Amino acid sequence: MISGETIEQAGYEIMKRAAIDIPGDYLSGIRDAARKEAEPLSGFVLKTMVKNYETATEDRRPMCADTGLPRYYVKVGDEARFSGGFTGIEHALRSATARATRDVPLRPNRVHPLWRTEYNNNVGINAPEIEWSFEPSAGWLDITTVHKGGLFGTDYRMLFPGDGIDGIRRFLLDTLVAFGKRGLCCQPAIVGVGIGGSKDTCMQLGKQAACLRIVGDRNPDPKIAELELELMEAGNGIGMGPMGFVGSSMVVDLHIEVGFTHTGGMPVSVHTFCLSSRRATARILADGRITYRTDPQWFTPYYRRETVDWPMDGLEAVS
Amino acid sequence: MLEEHHVDLPADPESVSRLKPGSVVYLNGIVYTARERVYDFILNRGGELPAGLADVSNVNFHCSPAAAARDDGSFHIGGVTATASFRFSRYMADWLDRSGARILIGKGGMPADDYRNILAPRGTVYLTTVGYGTGALLGRGVRGVETVYWLREFGIAQAMWLFRVRDFGPFLVDSDLEGNSLFAEQGELVNRNLDRIYRGLRKPTLLRYGETDDRTDELI
Repeated sequence: MISGETIEQAGYEIMKRAAIDIPGDYLSGIRDAARKEAEPLSGFVLKTMVKNYETATEDRRPMCADTGLPRYYVKVGDEARFSGGFTGIEHALRSATARATRDVPLRPNRVHPLWRTEYNNNVGINAPEIEWSFEPSAGWLDITTVHKGGLFGTDYRMLFPGDGIDGIRRFLLDTLVAFGKRGLCCQPAIVGVGIGGSKDTCMQLGKQAACLRIVGDRNPDPKIAELELELMEAGNGIGMGPMGFVGSSMVVDLHIEVGFTHTGGMPVSVHTFCLSSRRATARILADGRITYRTDPQWFTPYYRRETVDWPMDGLEAVS
Repeated sequence: MLEEHHVDLPADPESVSRLKPGSVVYLNGIVYTARERVYDFILNRGGELPAGLADVSNVNFHCSPAAAARDDGSFHIGGVTATASFRFSRYMADWLDRSGARILIGKGGMPADDYRNILAPRGTVYLTTVGYGTGALLGRGVRGVETVYWLREFGIAQAMWLFRVRDFGPFLVDSDLEGNSLFAEQGELVNRNLDRIYRGLRKPTLLRYGETDDRTDELI
């Protein structure tokens, strides 16, 4: 039985790790971009960022003071048992958020959207968001936190099947150029593209693609994997680098996630994670032990399942 | 190699005039944070600036620190990062007159017209933070909180913090006293390439109301 205290402790620890320690996959991605960057201003920015990550880890201070809108993704194994039920998990994560906001400290960004009032603890109405998913034949509880800035670099557009891949490419360029000017979206970053679903799932998938998959990870569908690489190259071919300076570093990696959609439409969302792409995951095992990692492993084969039964038994999609 | 400057604060007119777009700057002395709540209070609601502010510091940092009060009343400053400055454009002329700020620090710069019409004529330059996430480097440069105004009224993010800083940076000079802008100059270079990357991509089936195809447009 997993206790509420254990969940709170895990939530608190990943808040701290996400804010302070840059994930290894992302750091290698940025080092790689810095090596390839030929423009002096863009190169200076990338080298300064690497120095900043090192300073954050040495000093145990947040790598970026805009600790974003802290939020959680929880994956519950079918066999996991926890005291206090699902609302107990939510209570523990709200408590962890408030405690970490004071101790790390995180910036208390969260305010009421109309009255601008707050409790200085990043907790409020519908905040922090907690998204749920489930996993068959598992006894653990995975909790991931993501700290992502909230103002720029995200857009949604209803395209149509006839717009094709060119339409997606154009919309991606539109978003990257528009928000990339002056570096509003804090590029280079991991870019997530959501394709399909309804408007809200399209947004959700794109965001999860940006925030919950690591640099170097490819979509299991080989044709989508190819499209990921093609669109990444398009983004890096804009001629823009960090802060909107001339350069070649725009996209550290690009991830696509899809959802079955309305037969008449092709909704697309684009999300840029931060130059400091911050995430951390805790796995709480059935006996209460906690292990930590930086790869959320959110998109499991079960999560991407295609039809009624899972695993699929010899079924093939028709057009 | 980019040119590097170390400036003691309050900044005197000569050191401000030496700052040219694209050079790197580190600051020593005192800087203060002020953003929309402070601007609104001082400029629209009859609020008074702390007496003698300009003699202590003439550097306005568009920033909300990740800060927390300790039980003994002191403050723990973790990371320090700028916030996007263009949102404060409408306050700037009056604010510079009232505060005497000669260096603005923020994220992403101001509209290029503001430099020519508002900042440069008042002897003020704009420095941008680097990469917009060097919270740890800037946090290390903050050696202490000199004082904080309106913490209760405006909250941690919007209060006016006075930071004692040492080797505080790096920043990049965006605008100089002639009203030149690094962002504007770099943006023009990037714009020249844009037709090429869009070549062959046709317009979407359904346009957005009011949509234009002018790629030199900026969002700010």
